[in-house]
Amino acid sequence: MADLSSNLAGIRSPNPFWLASAPPTNSGYQVMRAFAAGWGGVVWKTLGDPIVNVTSRFAGLNIGAAKMLGMNNIELITDRPLADNLREIAECKAAYPDRAIVASLMTDCNQKAWHDLVNAVQTVPVDGFELNFGCPHGMSERGMGSAVGQDPELVEQITRWTKEAAKVPVIVKLTPNITDVRYTARAASRGGADAISLINTINSLMGVDLETWNPIPHVDGKSSHGGFCGPAIKPIALNMVGDCARDPQVTVPISGIGGIATWRDAVEFMLMGSTNVQVCTAVMRDGFRIVGDMIEGLNNYLDDRGIASVAEIVGKTVPRFVDWNDLNLDYKIVANIDLDTCINCNRCWIACEDAAHQCIDRLVDERGETSLKVDEEHCVGCNLCSMVCPVDDCITMVRVDSGETTNTWRERLSVPS
Amino acid sequence: MDSSRVLGPPMAEPMTPLDVKVEANRCLNCYDAPCIAACPTSIDIPRFIRRIAAGDLAGSARTIMEANPMGASCARVCPTDELCEGACVYAPDNSPIRIGQLQQHATDWLIADGRLLFKPGPATGMRVAVVGGGPAGLSAARDLAVMGHAVTIFERDDLAGGLNTYGIVPFRLPVDVAVWEAEQVRRLGVDIQTGVNVGTDLPAEKLLADYDAVVIAFGMGKVPKLAIPGEDADGVWDALDFIRTAKMDGVVPGLGDTVAVIGGGNTAIDAATASKRLGANSVTMFYRRGPDRMTAYDFEIEFAKTEAVEFRFNVLPHRIIATDGRVTGLELIRTDPAGTARPIPGSEYVIPVDNVIPAIGQSKFAALLDAFGVVHEHGVVVVDADMRTNKPGVFAAGDCMFRAGASDAMVVEAAERGKTAARSVDGFLRKGAR
Repeated sequence: MADLSSNLAGIRSPNPFWLASAPPTNSGYQVMRAFAAGWGGVVWKTLGDPIVNVTSRFAGLNIGAAKMLGMNNIELITDRPLADNLREIAECKAAYPDRAIVASLMTDCNQKAWHDLVNAVQTVPVDGFELNFGCPHGMSERGMGSAVGQDPELVEQITRWTKEAAKVPVIVKLTPNITDVRYTARAASRGGADAISLINTINSLMGVDLETWNPIPHVDGKSSHGGFCGPAIKPIALNMVGDCARDPQVTVPISGIGGIATWRDAVEFMLMGSTNVQVCTAVMRDGFRIVGDMIEGLNNYLDDRGIASVAEIVGKTVPRFVDWNDLNLDYKIVANIDLDTCINCNRCWIACEDAAHQCIDRLVDERGETSLKVDEEHCVGCNLCSMVCPVDDCITMVRVDSGETTNTWRERLSVPS
Repeated sequence: MDSSRVLGPPMAEPMTPLDVKVEANRCLNCYDAPCIAACPTSIDIPRFIRRIAAGDLAGSARTIMEANPMGASCARVCPTDELCEGACVYAPDNSPIRIGQLQQHATDWLIADGRLLFKPGPATGMRVAVVGGGPAGLSAARDLAVMGHAVTIFERDDLAGGLNTYGIVPFRLPVDVAVWEAEQVRRLGVDIQTGVNVGTDLPAEKLLADYDAVVIAFGMGKVPKLAIPGEDADGVWDALDFIRTAKMDGVVPGLGDTVAVIGGGNTAIDAATASKRLGANSVTMFYRRGPDRMTAYDFEIEFAKTEAVEFRFNVLPHRIIATDGRVTGLELIRTDPAGTARPIPGSEYVIPVDNVIPAIGQSKFAALLDAFGVVHEHGVVVVDADMRTNKPGVFAAGDCMFRAGASDAMVVEAAERGKTAARSVDGFLRKGAR
């Protein structure tokens, strides 16, 4: 059994799976259920001045028969009194002292408001704070959430104010709705943050109803932009996590968020520099029970490789996430189609013919049987054929260069790195 | 749907909306898809499935019906495991896309919607007679009407649709579906004259004289005689007559408890399953060769088994035994187990039966073909690949050109031949040759 315990800037949890600040962490009842299911920690739904919510609030991105590949929401921070939330935080911590409870905070952009909120919340045994600088909807129109998180100076300032009062570690949650997330990540580091978490949700409008022409989701016929999350945003999140992880000026550990639904997703985020991960949408779809699969799957993955502790994999892929200028232009792969497992759907052929480099030939033998052959001379190794192939490992990409030379664009231009 | 004509639940229940969604989205959308090549009418199957998945049922139904005017009935009666579904790239994994059922979903939508998908083309002033309102004749007429020709169908029965209407059990193909397909053709302006027996009510010469082109699409006739003693007794029924009565009336007077069906084809299966559905306690099919030689589709045979029909192989009817003119027994003789159908002398045995229903094929309309002056071989009209007979202006399609052993007499084949005949008629008429 591998050691799955996690330590994010001093916040310890028995496993690296936390629930993100979101609807699943809205109440003590839910958090108790989550802890019973095995979640290592929770970030409590953002505390602040209770707000009024709208109905409806969520919408799902469905593709084909697959539901909720992404999700968008226009729900705001907690709509419950601070005293209720604090009492329940204390109850949960008493029942599960080994689990991490982090309080997400959001308030007005002044020093006193942040000091007051921090001091009020740390009257109960929270393990840390997470500053919600990310929510893209609703609160941002009131000068909070991503309205703050898009301005590095404000991020640094509020982080500093919070640190002045906080007796426990402070995590700054970053918005992806910004040109370059490294600027706010660096600002959080400068402001004294103990960790950063990313990404918050992405500005989105889920859809338009073809019958009514209402936006989706709608509130009495109208909608406003929401925050997009779920499996569909994972590549965006992973890129931003990797950018922060490899930035020398981002000096704090990372809690990875964005479309994580399985242990496999979690491993990817950890390899890309996340100390732990936070999950929301997958739980909104399948409930707290998924954490059992995540814990066992991660453990089996580590055991199979003889890795004693999950901490050992954190950041291992970061050195391989580089600028385009540092990619080896001599590396050359070509597609190889395994005719024994090919089911003759010709999806690779049409994809290559119409959208890539016309490098798959359809051959017809004497019996009229057709088969596919890659024109290796002209194949650029783009991967598209293997991506559209429905059969696992039928189309593989085979290395054809010598493997002995490296030639990057930076070397070609002799640009100093 | 008139429930009295349905005789119990359909062979395949319509798919639920959830099932449709999952199944339609499972289609890989193959390029140059093998299912299209396996469909005699070349329906663009991935396209109609894609359109279901995208919520465009009108577009889906159009894709189907454009290629196959019998698309609604074929969705139900096609041997899909031997055609499209058998060719599906998922077939080797035992999970082919359920194309037939998806096709039924799209065409059921169209039937319920009621819209007319096609329009008659600009009038050419040419007149075409179609003899026979079955799948081949209706398909030819549909395309000819779209091409702008004035088409008259002469149908001897009261309803158009041919075997689709009268010859296939209602739990495989309800009357309403077959009649709906004929109605779509009529709505294009095709004059469907029912109750007209060409050859007697209306001489072939008159059609040849009055029309610019003629399409012979009259199929085949009654089940031939077994040519054994006792065949005229009460309770011996032509399988097609029996199915027709069962389908149109929902009841067959004189059906007893124990039924013997003679034959191994799809009509034999239909007669057997209809007998069971009508209340016969014991229904047995007797076939002169082994199970591997049965011409019925595998899914039909499996269905008959689930309906508790029994099978006896390598056995021939030898004599029908009657008491007071009514069937009481059937004497059978065993045949060579090697499958030659040669009887083994001395192997006769008798079983008690109340009915004997021969389903050993259909007779040919050789005399009518003679009346049209077209060349035929033992009643099988001779045509070229474009469905032209030897006689200019006379074309043929459907089961009247069905040659035993040559191919299956499938509805979908009849539809395709009707389409081909229409193209040839159009080419002939536009050349102005007569």
